[in-house]
Amino acid sequence: MTLGRVIGSVWATRKDEGLNGTKILIIQPVDLNYDVDEEANPVIAVDSVGAGAGEIVLIAQGSSARQTKLTHNKPIDAVVMAIVDKLDVFGEAAG
Amino acid sequence: MFFAKIIGTVWATVKDEHLQNASFEIIQPIDANRNHAGKPIIAVNNIGAGEGETVMYITASEASIPLPAEMAPTDATIVGIVDRIDVDPELNKEMPTKK
Repeated sequence: MTLGRVIGSVWATRKDEGLNGTKILIIQPVDLNYDVDEEANPVIAVDSVGAGAGEIVLIAQGSSARQTKLTHNKPIDAVVMAIVDKLDVFGEAAG
Repeated sequence: MFFAKIIGTVWATVKDEHLQNASFEIIQPIDANRNHAGKPIIAVNNIGAGEGETVMYITASEASIPLPAEMAPTDATIVGIVDRIDVDPELNKEMPTKK
């Protein structure tokens, strides 16, 4: 999974019917200090846990994103599937 | 499958129904020489791997197969704790450490 911050949401009335009824959020990947990951583009992900703007979340991408009741068999490759309470970091992370 | 080292834990009470009793670890991908190989990611810890341990993890939709639920939105799951890595130094030329 990727760590990210909810920085906004997307409104699209004309879209694939598989996306009808979904809440679409904009997620900016962040590093373990919650600072913006400069090299990572924002990800447009469907919300499945009621995440709000500013919250730190986990997103699952690729076909794993379709493994929820909400996103099953839908044209969705990124889903917000957890809201982070806290991180414990004890080891050393790369760049 | 890739190698990684467990460098942290993510606490998340609100999460997908099929991941309710899954715990999330912060893992730092490493190569066969245990050098850092890419940025940390978050993986489901399905086998009780502990702090600082070297593990193997799988990605993509196969990552949900080890979990009890039929479906689970995880794209990385730890599937093994490494006891030892035997590498023939001749065959494994020193890889430059990726940022």
